Amino acid sequence: MRPLTDDETKTMFEKLSKYIGENIKLLVDRPDGTYCFRLHNDRVYYISEKILKLATSISREKLVSVGTCFGKFTKTLKFRLHITALDFLAPYAKFKVWVKPGAEQSFLYGSHVMKSGLGRITENTVQYQGVVVYSMADVPLGFGVAAKSTQECRRVDPLSIVVFHQADIGEYIRSEDTLT
Amino acid sequence: MATCSIEDVLAKAEKDEAEKLKSITVIKEQDLEFDPGNMLAFDKNPPDIRQFREKKKDDFLRSLARDNAQLLINEMWKLPTERVAEAIVAKLPEPTTRLPREKPAPKPRAPTKWEEFAKLKGIQNKKKTNLVWDDVHKEWKRRWGYKRAKDDTKEWLIEVPETADPNEDQFAKRNKAKTERVAKNELNRLRNIARSQKIKVPGVGLAPTAQQSKSELGKAMHVAKMSTASVGKFQDRLPKEKAPRNTGKRRKFQPLIGDFSTEKQRQLDILNIMDSKKPRLDINKAANKQMREEDMESRKKTGPGKKGQKGRKGKFSGKKSKAPKLAPKGANSRKLNKQKGKR
Repeated sequence: MRPLTDDETKTMFEKLSKYIGENIKLLVDRPDGTYCFRLHNDRVYYISEKILKLATSISREKLVSVGTCFGKFTKTLKFRLHITALDFLAPYAKFKVWVKPGAEQSFLYGSHVMKSGLGRITENTVQYQGVVVYSMADVPLGFGVAAKSTQECRRVDPLSIVVFHQADIGEYIRSEDTLT
Repeated sequence: MATCSIEDVLAKAEKDEAEKLKSITVIKEQDLEFDPGNMLAFDKNPPDIRQFREKKKDDFLRSLARDNAQLLINEMWKLPTERVAEAIVAKLPEPTTRLPREKPAPKPRAPTKWEEFAKLKGIQNKKKTNLVWDDVHKEWKRRWGYKRAKDDTKEWLIEVPETADPNEDQFAKRNKAKTERVAKNELNRLRNIARSQKIKVPGVGLAPTAQQSKSELGKAMHVAKMSTASVGKFQDRLPKEKAPRNTGKRRKFQPLIGDFSTEKQRQLDILNIMDSKKPRLDINKAANKQMREEDMESRKKTGPGKKGQKGRKGKFSGKKSKAPKLAPKGANSRKLNKQKGKR
């Protein structure tokens, strides 16, 4: 486990800012305690200082996970968000998409959101903007990327994709063994 | 019939037995020549041509081979034997027959560049004596090498030439010249080897090759960039150029549990820099806003007639007024057509 380098921090922040914009500052600078990002096994964990100090007594090989996994760095040094980061993305999300109850299941099985399943969408969403997907009851279901801007969404036919799927809470069951 | 056959079988068996136990003594007109070291035997007796023709050829050859092998084995038994783990082992003497070598003789070494040149110019080696008279020590010494006559490395004083810089260390100069000569000689030797084996002659540093790979090009670029007076410190970088990998620089990380406040400050600084680099005016956003306003205007114009439909749609967007309402499809397409007309 080690702190991120500046380059790594930058790539991670750039990816995070697609979803929560400048709200990253609220993650870095928290009034309720000191939280930090740590890299372990190419994965970035968001840990409170207290837990980090406890975790130092566990050897590197034995440590599976600590804190909240935000995502991982790929071999080409790109950052990929994991569904476990949803707890921190959802409260600060700038752009949201609500899916209709009928389309919830298909999204949770890993498919894209169609226009027919789109309940609401934050206005002024531009194309390829990172969005957090909610159910109509405001339960965060996952996140993705807007395939169409809000304006275009109105005009497209019901079967066209509106939000590209990136991660959903169904992964907690589907890829149980790889999520940490 | 049966008895007859039994007798036949018995007779045959007896014959076979006798064949097997053929006497170990073989009589030859001329003794064989043996080379026990190679376990070889030479049979100088001419083969019996008549028998060769009468008998089956294979049988004749086989019996001849058997007899000779028997003689060879008899010879082997004469050697001193010993028992090693229930096996009788004979100690073979030195072989007397010289066998031809397995591999072809090595080719002569390719001539070096100097040898080629010397042959072209007709330069011939003059034999010089190994020992020369050393006037200083008054004895015979080697012409070159260790403890040679007129050894200029052993001089305790060197006269500074008139043209030379008086502060220059003449001893160091000589040593340097010597090491350079040695290095040059070594390089020439390697070049000669490379030339004889048809390998690309290695140059100094990064030699240009016919087909440079991506990594080679990258390395060459890196070397070229570093080859400035300030070791490449002020060299410009391409917009998306990555730092060279595997340059022997070790990565250094911040401590795992260090100063959390400075770490936080660094991250905030990074965020500030990222923010400042964002364009103030997002063209996409602005265009979308404009389009949305146009939509709203056109909806206001056609608005009053469609009140019922809008109300039905309203159930989705009850909570947040921010979220735009999704108009029914029919109305949508009509609006789109209208907009297109406008533009």
